[in-house]
Amino acid sequence: MIFGAILAGGIGSRMHISDMPKQFLPLDDKPIIIHTLEKFLLCPRIDAIYIGVHPNWLLHMQDLVDRHVPQYRDKIHIAAGGGDRNETILNIIEAIEKDFGPSDDHIIVTHDSVRPFVTLRILDENIDAALRYGAVDTVISATDTIVVSEDGKVISSIPERRKIYQGQTPQSFRMSLLKKLYLELSEDEKAVLTDACKICVVRSTPVRLVEGEVANLKITTVSDYKIAQAMVGGIQID
Amino acid sequence: MINYVYQLVSPQVFSIKYQDIDFTGEVIVRPRYMAVCHADQRYFLGQRDPKVLRKKLPMALIHECCGEVVSDKTGTFRPGQNVVLIPNTPTIPDDIVFENYAKGAYFLSSGHDGFMREFVNLRPDRVVACDGVPPRIAAITEFVSVAVHAVTRFEMISHKRRNTIGIWGDGSLSYTVSCVLAKLFPESRIVVIGRNERKLAQFSFAHRTLLTGEVPEDFEIDHAFECCGGEGSYYAIDDVIRYINPQGTLMLMGVSENKVAINTRDVLEKGMTLVGSSRSGRADFERAVSLMQESAFQNRLNSIIYEDRPVSAIEDISRVLETDLNTPFKTVFRWNM
Repeated sequence: MIFGAILAGGIGSRMHISDMPKQFLPLDDKPIIIHTLEKFLLCPRIDAIYIGVHPNWLLHMQDLVDRHVPQYRDKIHIAAGGGDRNETILNIIEAIEKDFGPSDDHIIVTHDSVRPFVTLRILDENIDAALRYGAVDTVISATDTIVVSEDGKVISSIPERRKIYQGQTPQSFRMSLLKKLYLELSEDEKAVLTDACKICVVRSTPVRLVEGEVANLKITTVSDYKIAQAMVGGIQID
Repeated sequence: MINYVYQLVSPQVFSIKYQDIDFTGEVIVRPRYMAVCHADQRYFLGQRDPKVLRKKLPMALIHECCGEVVSDKTGTFRPGQNVVLIPNTPTIPDDIVFENYAKGAYFLSSGHDGFMREFVNLRPDRVVACDGVPPRIAAITEFVSVAVHAVTRFEMISHKRRNTIGIWGDGSLSYTVSCVLAKLFPESRIVVIGRNERKLAQFSFAHRTLLTGEVPEDFEIDHAFECCGGEGSYYAIDDVIRYINPQGTLMLMGVSENKVAINTRDVLEKGMTLVGSSRSGRADFERAVSLMQESAFQNRLNSIIYEDRPVSAIEDISRVLETDLNTPFKTVFRWNM
């Protein structure tokens, strides 16, 4: 089976404009996370969708589902998020295994709740590649030159731009593979390896690339939020 | 949900509009195959009047499309069902006038966004199931429905002596109209008159094909279809008026940007009927689909379809439109956006 995992465990500490986690802020006339969820709901290949939410916001998330997409209530499951991104993913994996049982055939498509501009093409290509290769990351070619500095003062190196990509989400995996790799990590590694694809990379598991979209931006800062508002032609909120 | 709409913003330039759409109460279709029409090319190449372009752009192109239902709250269609989409959208009910001529009706890809979108949301009456028709052929259903509409009106209007029907033009429209006529009027002789010998060779089911300059003086037809449009309209209409028998019906189907002079003296003398036929409605789509469900009819259409590589990125849109400029008949492509 194919599962969507929308990661909404954050509490919006970088926005400074609201008491509300950023995924719950309105974009046009509905919360950002509902836009993201709707795109997953319209991907016919995804059998069930799990949303990992900070424990304080579980009820709020359930209210949003009931208000905006009540007809899909059976397809949507809400799980408590963990202390970091990977813990939230693991909580979701455990919830899936509890509901549907473990299987080597399960695919999990993990996605930031604050990337509502994801497309069906990206979801489809993630699923295809995860089924075939086991681990997938969504990227776009870097347009800015990337500069590496070891000490934060002088440039150590400038990698060749054609080899540099910016990571987006979804990141998709054969669920059993991701779980196995995560559980093998030491506590120290868990603290450092906050990105699920990086876990695969350090364990020498190949991760296929799927082309993202420049528009598939992550709404993290106030500027991002204003850009997203402008993109959908909505009213900017200062 | 934020939908991606791929709009032509100025000739040969595409951009994305992000549009929040509501999916309650409407059918949501994921477009799968599309076909290019001359009307799309006129916008893409900037051949419309600059005033028209200023008024209508930005706009998503393409009005020939089939897709897969992903959600339908009305319960009319099941998820996964293959369907074709009707671009004509009537707004005022009218029992007398066909929906494609009705006042208040609008057309997707002419002033409103066409089907180049990530998802298309439509009323259930603007969606027709096309089970049993391969998607690459279903893509041209709208085109076939335009031919069906013209033939249906011809059936209603023309007198019953239909021994010979002349079709002027050797392009996709002429081919499709001829196919529909051959199917629905098997007793009639179909004669196709065109300019291009190689294209005329494609009309294997016609009883006769003639080059424009080689029509014999004693040539006679009972009725005719003009499928040329553009500069060819004048010559085609003039030929029809010359060769048609008294009280014949001429179905006018080709679009011309300029006004066309018509020999009304002979139209009057012969008591001819000239009928304008454009676009189509739901009934025509349904009749087209039922014809297209037959494998022989599918095979006929298949021979004028060129399938270009899929569109998987915004740059690919220009590529298929450019490919279409060099294909003799219909260009279809898979939509992976």
